[in-house]
Amino acid sequence: MSAPIVSLRGVSKHYGDGPTRVDAVRDLDLDIHAGTVAGLLGPSGSGKSTVLNLIGAIVDPSKGQISLDGEMVFDGGWLRPDLRRLRLEKIGFIFQFHNLIPFLNVAENIQVVLDLAGWPRPKAQRRVAELLDYLQVADRAHAMPAQLSGGQAQRVAIARALANNPRIILADEPTAALDSERAGRVMDLLRQVAVEQGAAVIVVTHDDKVMARFDVRHALADGRLVGA
Amino acid sequence: MNLAIRDIRHHWGRFVLTCLGLSLLLGVVISMIGIYRGLVADALVLVRAPAVDLWVVEGGTKGPFAEASRIPRDTRNAVARIDGIASAGMVTYQSMQIETAKGVARVLVVGFEPGRPGGPAVLAAGRTLERSHFEMVADIKTGLELGQLIRLGNDDYRVVGLTRGQVDSGGNPLIYLSLQDAQALQFELEGAAARNQAARGERANTNQVNAVLATIHADADLDSVARSVSRWKHLSALTQADQEAMLLSAVVDKARKQIGMFTVTLLTVSTVIIALIVHTMTLDKAREIATLKLIGAPDRTILALIIQQALAMGVISFSLGATLITLAADRFPRRVIVEAPDIAMLAAAVGVVCVIASLAGVRHALSIDPAQALGG
Repeated sequence: MSAPIVSLRGVSKHYGDGPTRVDAVRDLDLDIHAGTVAGLLGPSGSGKSTVLNLIGAIVDPSKGQISLDGEMVFDGGWLRPDLRRLRLEKIGFIFQFHNLIPFLNVAENIQVVLDLAGWPRPKAQRRVAELLDYLQVADRAHAMPAQLSGGQAQRVAIARALANNPRIILADEPTAALDSERAGRVMDLLRQVAVEQGAAVIVVTHDDKVMARFDVRHALADGRLVGA
Repeated sequence: MNLAIRDIRHHWGRFVLTCLGLSLLLGVVISMIGIYRGLVADALVLVRAPAVDLWVVEGGTKGPFAEASRIPRDTRNAVARIDGIASAGMVTYQSMQIETAKGVARVLVVGFEPGRPGGPAVLAAGRTLERSHFEMVADIKTGLELGQLIRLGNDDYRVVGLTRGQVDSGGNPLIYLSLQDAQALQFELEGAAARNQAARGERANTNQVNAVLATIHADADLDSVARSVSRWKHLSALTQADQEAMLLSAVVDKARKQIGMFTVTLLTVSTVIIALIVHTMTLDKAREIATLKLIGAPDRTILALIIQQALAMGVISFSLGATLITLAADRFPRRVIVEAPDIAMLAAAVGVVCVIASLAGVRHALSIDPAQALGG
């Protein structure tokens, strides 16, 4: 088997100290490989969102090592000072409520990522058109987010997450606001991305509708892995 | 891609309304400076109107505008004989109210000797006084028209000439009468009071005037002529420059400070208001800013979004305010002068104000945690 794209070794995260200390994640070892759709499951407070934040380089681990796409990025401290650049290059985010920028139209919501990554304008425009086609929202390219249905908005959010060809896709409850049919389509799409682009897709959810669609499920309780 | 412009375009209605409100506030700031410029111009009109070189006033005073001045009539002949003097004329100044078609108007009456310095140097219409009695030259601001008869005291006066923009430092228009008529108006008493004066054996003292104005020969040295006049201890000689400086310092200085403080206060209020607006706009965009940070936007992108919006608001509001005041300047009861250098200086100040005002928003934006973009 190839090297994992996401690798966590002995990662812990606690908030506060002394009597107010909360251990959100404890000694977590986790590997997720390319082409895999992995589910992070668990009840509220189990630590799954913290794991997502750790992989997304949003919060610092208290200890441990994190390697993303073959690059050691945390080993007692962030090894790269430019964490936003790290996210831009390696990670695509999909949110429960899409988080499309309301003042940008559909095409601009995707293009903003490419502008930040420094893509030349013609190349970026070709990439936007390609993604809109791929996610079947090309006819809504100039629509504003408020004019989209829930399913369309989620597909645009996925297009934005894929724009810069990230190897890691982090999805936070991406189907929670969708009915079973639309949730199924989103999961199909994420699987397609994982397979076609060789990405690792990590989905945080406790949505029963999509439990059967993961290649691997990691269950968390009290900040520890309790099953896979 | 310019995020600031995209956001403004998306919320254009709210942005335009905000700019309209702000433009009125900045318009008031511009008008304050315009009113001050008008005040200075009005104050100088009075001393520049006769176009003379030398003002001879009562010794030890700063007359006739900053302080009261009374000098004997024969001063004019004494001054006229000084080497270097081309011509000299007596003048009096007094405030009074006149009845016009538009109602009661407050005016400054200038009494002068026709054919001698003291009268209006430039006319907008008609002619200057040619007779010693019952003619007047009035400023257009009085509402009087050429040929109109107007009652002053016990006599009717005909308007034979009009000036434009000639007002005193209070913004009241000037009217010019002959010296004799002006003094008659000053000392003339109504029936009972006149009889009482006659019974006491008293007479009005028309032997004094407020100043003697003089022009000098082209080859004469002004300071030397002024020194010659000042050798008479009961007289002071002020050059035109002295008179202007004195009027500005004595009459306009307090108004300048007052308006200056008001302008600074308004700019401070503008800063606070812009800061509140920018901060509110930043709070409204907290989730979008968190999302931008999460997907990799550097701080400079976030800063540009906020500062560019604040500057756009300032530029648009200031332009609207400046246009509004420029168009409305003539409708103010007092002169408002909007000058390009003042506009440029204030525009720069507004730019600085916008940047300072956006600091609170910037501080908040930089503190937004990208994790806020996650979850509900």
